[in-house]
Amino acid sequence: MGSIRFDKVDKVFGPVSGGVKALDDINLEIADKEFVAIVGPSGCGKTTCLRMVAGFEPPSAGIVSVNGKTVTSPGPDRAVVFQQFALFPWKTVRENIELGLRNKNLPRAERDGLVAGALRLMNLESHAGAFPHQLSGGMQQRVAIARAYVLDPEVLLMDEPFGALDAQTRVVMQEELVRLARVNPRTVLFITHAVEEAVYLADRVAIMTRRPGRIKEVLDIRSVRAAENWDRHERIEDVMDLESFVHLRTQIWKSLREEKGPHGA
Amino acid sequence: MQATPLRLREKCAWGALGLLGFIGLWTALSAFGIVPRQFLPSPLDVLARFVHLLTTPFAGATLPQHLASSFQRYAYGVLLAAFIGVPLGLLMGWFRWLDDVVTPLFDGLRFIAPIAWVPFAALWFGVGIGGPILIIFAGAFPPCLINAYRGARFVEPRLIEAARMLGTGHLRMILEILLPAATPSIVSGLRVAAGLGWQSLVGAELIVAAAGVGFMMVQAQANVATPTVMAGMVAIGLVGMAIDVMLRQGEAWLRRRRGLPA
Repeated sequence: MGSIRFDKVDKVFGPVSGGVKALDDINLEIADKEFVAIVGPSGCGKTTCLRMVAGFEPPSAGIVSVNGKTVTSPGPDRAVVFQQFALFPWKTVRENIELGLRNKNLPRAERDGLVAGALRLMNLESHAGAFPHQLSGGMQQRVAIARAYVLDPEVLLMDEPFGALDAQTRVVMQEELVRLARVNPRTVLFITHAVEEAVYLADRVAIMTRRPGRIKEVLDIRSVRAAENWDRHERIEDVMDLESFVHLRTQIWKSLREEKGPHGA
Repeated sequence: MQATPLRLREKCAWGALGLLGFIGLWTALSAFGIVPRQFLPSPLDVLARFVHLLTTPFAGATLPQHLASSFQRYAYGVLLAAFIGVPLGLLMGWFRWLDDVVTPLFDGLRFIAPIAWVPFAALWFGVGIGGPILIIFAGAFPPCLINAYRGARFVEPRLIEAARMLGTGHLRMILEILLPAATPSIVSGLRVAAGLGWQSLVGAELIVAAAGVGFMMVQAQANVATPTVMAGMVAIGLVGMAIDVMLRQGEAWLRRRRGLPA
């Protein structure tokens, strides 16, 4: 079970009076095993939403809860994949993946089995002994995803996980994530500014306004994806060519366009 | 990177020029009697005395023996400073309350020069090994603590967040995240500590010791044996340089292992 709930959440940075209001009255419910993407103009506070679920930042008002429990601190039930990977450079791939399991005090044999499974899942078997700096960006992000998945978290929080990757690697990783989501469905909160990525990956897409960020609308992709049978296509570009995909993408683009400043910034 | 060998050779050439110039000036000053030879022996005198002292005892021991007793105190003092300073610095970097408790005290104490501990060192330990160790400790402790503290305090926040999200407890956080993240900073601190410790040592030995290079130099000064004083200075410089070179090598090795530019 892993549901996420934002209930009348505000976030103010800086002093309580006179601070910068980053988020204004966020209300959103993410059901168990649902994949929700938040898109929005940069600086709208979408990453802050994720950081509050992770327990890195408290809301200034309102409640963020996971499975009905108010979030107070970070924990392995809410695994985070960061944009800049955040791997420990002094630990090997295996050691990076294993740390969370050691923190759970699992016996050695059990850990080894789980790590081996995570390595296989992300095609990292031949790199288990490598250090992060010896790997490409795409490989590093695979490690970060493996590190999150191996914890068997209730929810997976992904903060622009492919934002630091080049275009080709990005596509591969997106396809990989869809594959993962089918094999091993999770509740996912996915932050991105790439509209295609959101439409391709998510069950629902929440669109945010400019600062102070509010949730403007939430689009259900699931019904269209099922009706148009996107899943019969293996490759992302084939899905992106579909009229239904293009239509949704344009709809979100227009909605975001309205949020751009007078100078189009 | 092609220019590197030439650059290096050029650098060595300039360095040699500086050294030769210095020795030339020194030779001229003593050879032409500008400074009386009794007070400024020539480089050759010093070299001859240096070699002589390698085998012939002065003030109770040969130069290598004096160096050995100096080095022993030095090692104790610096190791003690590292074994207390580094863990304390890491703990202060993680536990804010400890930082609040220790920092004001430490900020006051660290401006007291190591030499200022000499009266206490003499009172408490006489000419025993404790005195110089205390003084070396006073010199080497601040950089150990400060660098471990800074290294721990300024770990990339994302790494701390990642570790917390993985459920990492305090002890493991300090040992497996803060310590390795702070290692480059700690090693730089140890290098500074090693240098300051070596300087403090010789200062201490001038006053509170019955053996060691500093002691040898004071005894020589009392006998107006200036070549011996200078041979001692040369020995101090050489050992100090050797310590620094070794620690630099260690630092570079560590950085290479991490995939960082050396």
